[in-house]
Amino acid sequence: MQLTALVVLRVLTGWYFLYEGLVKLLSPSWSAYGYLMDSKGWLTSFFIGIAESPVMLEVVNYLNIYGLVLIGLSLLLGVFARAGSIGAIVMLALFYLSHPPLMDVSYVLRPEGSYLWVDKNLIILASVLVSGVVFPTSHRVGIDRILQRKKKR
Amino acid sequence: MANQSEGRRDALKTLATVPLLGAMAYGVYKKKQKEHYNRQAGNLFNVGQEQAERKVMDNKLLRLGVIGYGIRGNYLMRALGFATPAQLEDWKWQGSQNPDDTRYQDFMEQDDLNVRVTGVCDIFETYAREAAEAGANLHRELPGGRMDQTPVVYKNYRELIASPEVDAVIIATPDHWHGEMILEACRNGKHVYVEKPLTWTVPETYLVEDAVKKSGVVFQLGHQGRQIEINHKAKAIIEKGLIGKVNLIEVSTNRNDPNGAWVYPIHKDANEKTIDWQQFVGPSERIGEYQNYMNEFGLQRFVGPDSREKFSLERFFRWRCWWDYSTGLSGDLLTHEYDAMNHILNLGIPHSATSSGGVYHYKDGRTVPDVLQTTFEFPDRDLALLYSATLASEFNRPRKIMGTDATIELGSTLDVIVDRASVQYKDKIEQGLIKPGEPFYRYASGKSIDALSSATEMYFAQRGLLYSYVQGKKYNTTFLHLREWIDAIRSGSEVSCGIRPAFEEAIAAHMGTRAYLEGRTMYWDPDKREITRG
Ligand SMILES: NC(=O)c1ccc[n+]([C@@H]2O[C@H](COP(=O)([O-])OP(=O)(O)OC[C@H]3O[C@@H](n4cnc5c(N)ncnc54)[C@H](O)[C@@H]3O)[C@@H](O)[C@H]2O)c1
Repeated sequence: MQLTALVVLRVLTGWYFLYEGLVKLLSPSWSAYGYLMDSKGWLTSFFIGIAESPVMLEVVNYLNIYGLVLIGLSLLLGVFARAGSIGAIVMLALFYLSHPPLMDVSYVLRPEGSYLWVDKNLIILASVLVSGVVFPTSHRVGIDRILQRKKKR
Repeated sequence: MANQSEGRRDALKTLATVPLLGAMAYGVYKKKQKEHYNRQAGNLFNVGQEQAERKVMDNKLLRLGVIGYGIRGNYLMRALGFATPAQLEDWKWQGSQNPDDTRYQDFMEQDDLNVRVTGVCDIFETYAREAAEAGANLHRELPGGRMDQTPVVYKNYRELIASPEVDAVIIATPDHWHGEMILEACRNGKHVYVEKPLTWTVPETYLVEDAVKKSGVVFQLGHQGRQIEINHKAKAIIEKGLIGKVNLIEVSTNRNDPNGAWVYPIHKDANEKTIDWQQFVGPSERIGEYQNYMNEFGLQRFVGPDSREKFSLERFFRWRCWWDYSTGLSGDLLTHEYDAMNHILNLGIPHSATSSGGVYHYKDGRTVPDVLQTTFEFPDRDLALLYSATLASEFNRPRKIMGTDATIELGSTLDVIVDRASVQYKDKIEQGLIKPGEPFYRYASGKSIDALSSATEMYFAQRGLLYSYVQGKKYNTTFLHLREWIDAIRSGSEVSCGIRPAFEEAIAAHMGTRAYLEGRTMYWDPDKREITRG
């Protein structure tokens, strides 16, 4: 029962990542530029710096699109899920830090909900931590199950 | 046997989530298909623009004279590529402090128009000197850089206009001087770029129209809004009948700071010695026309209150606050709105104008209102244009052109909002291809942006009204407006705000002003070509 609940959590997060990645992959004009330029809070100048450097921006766009797709597949299918989870946590932390839901900041690109200190990135981060790292569910349900077995033999 | 079923369970647990990939693929495919249809529907509004393509032509050197180097004259010279070294140094510094401030970079990247400023004239010494410094800075240098020949500084605009070293003049003096200076330029066969509004009094409007037509000089009125890209797009959409029949247009001005209310700072060097007040007072014939009108209709309370002859720094820097020099909200800001709509819809002079308003916020001794409503009726076109202004609230009210099938909203972007009751789009609304009542098509900064657009596109769209995009390059609209005039001088191409729309602008504004001052409806008699009363 616990296992099922945790797998469901992991699969849902995987779905979320995969779809975010595919949407960006399939719209050729997509770029993180506007998102980065709208950064507020502690690391604003770092993120705006990325947006303003064409090379860095290109790299970040690329990492973002393929990162999302690969992490999505990894969590959904339970393959290399530990690496996938860590990647997810890093990305979510960056999203959180670039757009921290602080008391007095507001964003041009408004989030769809209302947040204070805790936002959806933080919650998903926690869910990945639980369902991918603390409990390596992919060893029980997912392709990692065989990979794990092979390694043992 | 037991092993087999264990193997099966194993496989099941390994691949349990794989079918979800199928679901994802199906979902993505369906969604893309839907977007495709929505995009196609959106493309309805993505019509070609009317903006005439610029032919590169004769580029021979043009020698300009600039009259009036205040706020606007300074801006116009920058748009032409001339700024003082000190100003450039300041921008450069500001840009280094604040990455959003790209004025220096924009200025340096601006195209060279191959013009020289050979003469400048301003009755405030400091500004005259700065104008000359800017004019000499042909190579856009910082302090210490290589300067070109310094323009001649004229004490009086007539001498500048008469100079054989000047081919064309740019007039950026207060409103009460525009007409007189245009007339003088026409007499001397000099091309004219004059700031809006065209005129200060009604009688001079006819003289100016006549002089410009007869002299054949190339004339452009300074409504740089003619170059705003989304306005061209709006024009094309409306001409294709895509928003149906337009019966009502709403335009407005909202500002809320002392500068916006014309309470400009007073320059520290300004005094009776550095300002030639005699030349500020105004052209005597025009002042006579103004006084006559005010006397004839019992409007003396709008004149003064100070005597014209009395030196006043307030009046010099904040002249917009007194009818003695100003055309009020009507001439200063309504004209931009009216001209934009005249451009988009080719309205012509309104049949009638009514106005109301008052000095409701800035009770600082001004005679011009700070809240104004003016309604223009165009019965021949079955439409009304409603203008509403306040100088004490910054609330954002985009221009709205309301049609029976859709409304165009012009703010920092062009938005088309399809009407629920539309007949033209009934089928598409029923099929779910068009969502009525919310922005369905959006255009800005040189591209169409639909409801599905990314953050990047929205980011760009939210900035940018000051700029237009021509073949992907960002241009300042004032630069484009000046360039259009220069092109026309060099090779006879068209200007977009020539004397016909300029005359229409002036008459519309005067009708609005008179309606306010007299408190009654003004009419335009197209046969007699005069403003009449009900
Ligand atoms: N197109 C636009 O967007 C726009 C924007 C701002 C102003 N304007 C127009 O530009 C004009 C000037 O406005 P401004 O804000 O620059 O005013 P301003 O008071 O800052 O500048 C006017 C300048 O003209 C000079 N001047 C006055 N009488 C003169 C004379 N007889 N001979 C020579 N110089 C004289 C003054 O010394 C002053 O420097 C106005 O008509 C205004 O409507 C247009």
